Amino acid sequence: MSVQFSSEARKEFDELLTHYPYKEPALLPVLHLAQREFGHLSLEVLKYVADLLELPPARVAGVATFYPMYHFKPVGKYLLHVCATLSCALLGAEGVAGYLQEKLGVKVGETTPDGRFTILKVECVASCGTAPVLMLNETLIHHITKAKLDDILADPEAYVTKKKT
Amino acid sequence: MPEHRIILKDADVPNIQDIEVYIANGGYRAAEKALKTMTPDEVIKEVQDSGLAGRGGAWFPTGTKWSFMPKEPKVPSYLCVNADESEPGTFKDRQLIEKNPHQLVEGTIIAAYAIRARAAYIYVRGEMAEGMRGIDRALAQAYARGYVGKNLFGKGYDLDIYTHPGAGAYICGEETGLMQSLEGKRAEPRVKPPFPAQRGIFGCPTTVNNVQTLSYVPHIIDNGAAWFKGIGNPKYPGTFIFCVSGHVRNPGLFEMELGAATMRQLIYEYAGGIRDGRELKAVIPGGASTLPMKPDQIDIVMSPDQFLLPGRGPFKGMFGTGGIIVIDETTCVVDMLLNLMQFFAHESCGQCTPCREGAPWVRDVVRRIEHGQGRPGDIDLLLNVADNVAGLLSPRYSTICLFGPAFSYPTQGTILAFREEFEEHIRQGRCPIQKDKGIR
Repeated sequence: MSVQFSSEARKEFDELLTHYPYKEPALLPVLHLAQREFGHLSLEVLKYVADLLELPPARVAGVATFYPMYHFKPVGKYLLHVCATLSCALLGAEGVAGYLQEKLGVKVGETTPDGRFTILKVECVASCGTAPVLMLNETLIHHITKAKLDDILADPEAYVTKKKT
Repeated sequence: MPEHRIILKDADVPNIQDIEVYIANGGYRAAEKALKTMTPDEVIKEVQDSGLAGRGGAWFPTGTKWSFMPKEPKVPSYLCVNADESEPGTFKDRQLIEKNPHQLVEGTIIAAYAIRARAAYIYVRGEMAEGMRGIDRALAQAYARGYVGKNLFGKGYDLDIYTHPGAGAYICGEETGLMQSLEGKRAEPRVKPPFPAQRGIFGCPTTVNNVQTLSYVPHIIDNGAAWFKGIGNPKYPGTFIFCVSGHVRNPGLFEMELGAATMRQLIYEYAGGIRDGRELKAVIPGGASTLPMKPDQIDIVMSPDQFLLPGRGPFKGMFGTGGIIVIDETTCVVDMLLNLMQFFAHESCGQCTPCREGAPWVRDVVRRIEHGQGRPGDIDLLLNVADNVAGLLSPRYSTICLFGPAFSYPTQGTILAFREEFEEHIRQGRCPIQKDKGIR
């Protein structure tokens, strides 16, 4: 099989299995692990996960597609998750998405041709007090302004690594 | 009345995330006391006597919930910690987890001991990956010290605590949806009964408590039930974290005794009032599922007993989660409802037809009103659809879980409070409000 966990991921997988009395409950964390390893959950990856957990592939696909954080097509290196729910919307979420679309030349849900950025709209990320917010990969960035968006797009790595917040 | 900080008290102590610092501030004293000097039933009794009630919104007495668990388990018992906070407007668990993870771990240890759990799972929403890593670091430190793992505090009790990541679905905050998700399934809520204490995760007795509730537990064990019982409102003792967001000058978290402040004080004194000197138009009192209130209703004292639930007496709205969203005069309430219904239509798990079909229908009708294509009769159509899912004035609802009421109550509530604004949209064939929701 061409899809396979690295030895490090395999170790993490084995550790995850020890958390549960049987294999199936490990599905969500294993899907997260697979997404981190392979970038997105292709059919091949879903089948691989199904084999590892001894589940029918359709079962794995049915569960994976329930949850918005899993991606089934390639996405950019940097995911720009724009929170679109009320507290953020009141303070400019539409403008955040609009400004990103204008700067990057792609729409929400699309990836820039160089494969660097994907814009995504997400529902409430539970940081309403610092609205509007944006999640860059797993890093939450507060009080978004146009100036801050310019800075994020110019140097996303500084935010991912928390040199800037 | 000033804030009364119990669970946020140490949030800003530098490096409180490190176990040494947490211990130096009195941490793990309560866990040691519970495990070394109390039986599980004595812990349950203490928490019952304290009057602690679940902060997730249902206000069910925590100690009583624990007492439903088997005293002599024949199969393993489990504790699930609900850290899937996702009710729009609510952002306290993120702070409690990121700032003081050991407080949650300690509460989890004590609760697990009380219910005789073999293991505890902290279900953390996927968008809080950083918070989950913080809990994992705290757990590793606690394991290293023997506070979690085998033979806790040398008393022969074994407990494993694991974190489990969600993946972006709101419905996982519903306790049976959470359990389904923890079992590796789609988070489609289960019919109750059986209740989790009878049949929870992996078919075994389970207690589900949320982050805020468990964060109080070490303080109650440390200071005693009488101390907690004596704080604030005798019917709802202790404190509660209000989260104020939206059009206010100083959004943030305010830990208060229940009944210590009115909504007006929270908005104008604690949160600094409306930004840019504008007027208040509406306020959502406790998360997206609660009914918006008008400016003439904000002198209400902020305590669950002031807000009566449907079917339990004169209807005054819903208290909810403490997630207060403040909305100024530049906001269109139809647009506000549209935003909420986009959320609910997206998050319906799809299991029950009234919810799977009803939420998108409500969204679409609200959208056409907002976009100037509303038809005469649309307002009554919305009320009719919402009422068929869950009637505001009766306790019946046509869905397995409370998601149905969660979108139909605010639909009805917004129309009841602001009907003329909906009518104006239909009459003019456009949105009549000058909005200001641009990025700054």
